Amino acid sequence: MAKLTIDDVEIEVPDGITVLQACEMAGVEIPRFCYHERLSVAGNCRMCLVEVAPGPPKPAASCALPVGDGMTVKTNSPMVKKAREGVMEFLLINHPLDCPICDQGGECDLQDQAMAYGVGNSRYDENKRAVRDKELGPLVKTEMTRCIHCTRCIRFATEVAGIEELGATGRGESMEVGTYVEKALTSELSANIIDLCPVGALTSKPYAFTARPWELTRTETIDVMDAVGSNIRVDSRGSEILRVLPVLNEDINEEWISDKTRYACDGLKRQRLDTPYVRREGALQAASWDEAFAAIADNVKDKDGSKIAAIAGDLVDCEAMMALSDLMDGLGSPHIDCRQDGAKLDAAVRGSYIFNTTIAGIEEADACLLVGTNPRIEAALVNARIRKRWLRGGFTVGAVGPRADLTYPHEYLGAGPQTLKELAEGSHAFCDVLRNAEKPLVIVGQGALARADGGKVLSAARKIADGCGLVSDGWNGFNVLHTAAGRVGGLDIGFVPGVDGLDVAGILEGAANGEIETVYLLGADEIDTSHLEKAFVIYQGHHGDAGAHCADVILPGAAYTEKNATYVNTEGRVQRAWRAVFPPGDAREDWTIIRALSDVLGKTLRYDDLAGVRRRMALQNAVFEIVGDLRESEWTKFGEMGVPNGDVFDTPVANFYMTDPISRASETMAACTKSMAKTTQEKTGTDG
Amino acid sequence: MSDTSKQPETFSFDAEYAAAAEKIIARYPEGRQASAVMPLLDLAQRQFGGWLPTAAMNHVADVLDMPAIRVYEVASFYTMYNLEPVGEHFVQVCTTTPCALRNCAAVLKACREELGIDIGETTSDNKFTLQEVECLGACVNAPMMQIGDDYYEDLNAETTKSILQELRNGGTPEPGPQSDRNGSEPAGGLTSLKTGTGG
Repeated sequence: MAKLTIDDVEIEVPDGITVLQACEMAGVEIPRFCYHERLSVAGNCRMCLVEVAPGPPKPAASCALPVGDGMTVKTNSPMVKKAREGVMEFLLINHPLDCPICDQGGECDLQDQAMAYGVGNSRYDENKRAVRDKELGPLVKTEMTRCIHCTRCIRFATEVAGIEELGATGRGESMEVGTYVEKALTSELSANIIDLCPVGALTSKPYAFTARPWELTRTETIDVMDAVGSNIRVDSRGSEILRVLPVLNEDINEEWISDKTRYACDGLKRQRLDTPYVRREGALQAASWDEAFAAIADNVKDKDGSKIAAIAGDLVDCEAMMALSDLMDGLGSPHIDCRQDGAKLDAAVRGSYIFNTTIAGIEEADACLLVGTNPRIEAALVNARIRKRWLRGGFTVGAVGPRADLTYPHEYLGAGPQTLKELAEGSHAFCDVLRNAEKPLVIVGQGALARADGGKVLSAARKIADGCGLVSDGWNGFNVLHTAAGRVGGLDIGFVPGVDGLDVAGILEGAANGEIETVYLLGADEIDTSHLEKAFVIYQGHHGDAGAHCADVILPGAAYTEKNATYVNTEGRVQRAWRAVFPPGDAREDWTIIRALSDVLGKTLRYDDLAGVRRRMALQNAVFEIVGDLRESEWTKFGEMGVPNGDVFDTPVANFYMTDPISRASETMAACTKSMAKTTQEKTGTDG
Repeated sequence: MSDTSKQPETFSFDAEYAAAAEKIIARYPEGRQASAVMPLLDLAQRQFGGWLPTAAMNHVADVLDMPAIRVYEVASFYTMYNLEPVGEHFVQVCTTTPCALRNCAAVLKACREELGIDIGETTSDNKFTLQEVECLGACVNAPMMQIGDDYYEDLNAETTKSILQELRNGGTPEPGPQSDRNGSEPAGGLTSLKTGTGG
């Protein structure tokens, strides 16, 4: 501990931190542009100057100065004031004063700090410099004349995203931040540089000239574009969602979000189901809720429960699955499943289907085995954590499955079950790495589980966990990485086949051969709908995607930004999403639709408010009692006997930008897909 | 980035330069090969005829297993790497204070007249590029200019012109002081140490 005096207040701080951090601990605000707590220290903007004694009689950059015992720091002396005014005047020399037409206006660090620490006028009357704008792809808009060379974007790309594509070329007055050779950034996290940019040099392209920050209503909620459950802030105006920004959560997404999380939101405006539909004479026609419910009642009433089935999709909230599960129970059907991809996950043992180590826990690990997963596109922020851990050193990563550029070096062990078998038997060389590690972990992806021998893969992974000491007191290194936001919630609810119930493959087969006559698709779009031609299909969801096309009745539901709902992320963390805007047209919150339908079908559910459903959920599974935090899972038996024998593992995500009905409807994601295809093509063109 | 029409599609070190690059890389510890970026860029520039196209920077990045942007940063920071095409003879006239006091203006004027181009331009036959540079560290023989790797010192308008003429005619003018003094010795002959080892 070091004792120092900051503005006449004595404070004790840990050794090794910087003066700037100490000032923050003392509650003193230090203006800064280049310093960012999650990036390396650059010390080039000079805005954080303070007066320090003992030391040379000049201001010192507090962001790069380690604290020393007995230091006296002044942050409000005349010297500091003058220094800040000087730095600000220099920064503004080449900064265009175009705030009225700048998208950063109103949430600009330079604007705010110029107000607080600037002198208000400039003595500079030469020409300002102009810089050609850079093309960084479909997400990041540039106005490089505004750049103040803080290099936060360069450091983010290099350190956090792991793509060394941004740099500062030229020197002195000709220094420019960019890629030098024009190219779109190839990171799934690229748009975070927009948040990092303290000025309006990097702004959001899809959001350009759309709104001012003070016009927006802010709602903090949960993202569903992947199973990470990133904390987000949804900014809306009226009924329209204009943008999505990250919210700090150290345990999950820190302060980043993936590009899909940020930009798929324009898909919420397109392809929406805003009124019920009923198929009449072969064509879907708009109908009232009563007509839609009557059509369902006609089909379902007095039908044997074994002829009815339900499939829940990837974006479905727990409340809706709870309600549908209860309704199916009332109708006497055991045929329910939430694993649309056919993943062989065992809902009975929670520890077998969640990310036990936790995302933040990755930082404690010292060896990692990836099985059938490409975390970079399946869960970009999990990958960012692995990279963060790797940057600290003393961390080995091995991968079985798809070959991929994960942004950190890793040992490629093999493509499929054969390698996994050797690992499970303990004969593979990488087993020694895991055994010798103190806190090793394995991450099993859906690519290895959503296949015929998935259950065997799961038990092989378990064998690795047991054989290599992945699970011990206070450490559980067994992890399943999900790609669907609704999956863990579905498994927790128990949205899986009951006694003699059929799973997704069985339901589809049954529907094709006539054994299943009615199929209730709750937001299920990633299934082979060609099997459903004979069956009576009820589709409840928010987008006119694959499921709605084959439906006989469509019930318009709410998307994740339009309902108060519960989601469980891949770690098993229960989180609450909050409604930012109302669903469009006649669409309703999903669990209320099922509740209303249950009434029409004479199987009335016993809850009629949100608190009631949530009490029911907590009764079903105690994990729903705790929101935001985690409870440890037991380490018991799971998996399927036998040796995995299928084909090589592949990732379930073919295109990072389009994985669900929302991102498939998004124009921005379509632009990203196109841009990525072009980059990939160019790569194969020149790199052979 | 420079005019793309002059950028070659590909670049790679030929055998002689590749061997030189190997030798340079071997000076650095394993895993620290990126330290060789500056000498390798110099090699690439020499092989390509005085300037660095993007393909050459990419090749250096490949050879050193480092991100291309890091090479672009280095190459664009230092003025001795030319990112635009230059003529066969790269004429750099020093105009910093000592040379300015010794009438570098006349040297520059002579260059302009003789070559028919202004600073930053290249002659239409691609033989000469004229550049104004800061101090090259030969102040004692001011004014001076550098052509290629050679220093031409103690210049005046006439000597400047004759050097350029000789180069144009395919000759190789003698580098060093163009006056009658030896090296950097005093112009009027030695004033001290007149008797010495003669070394």
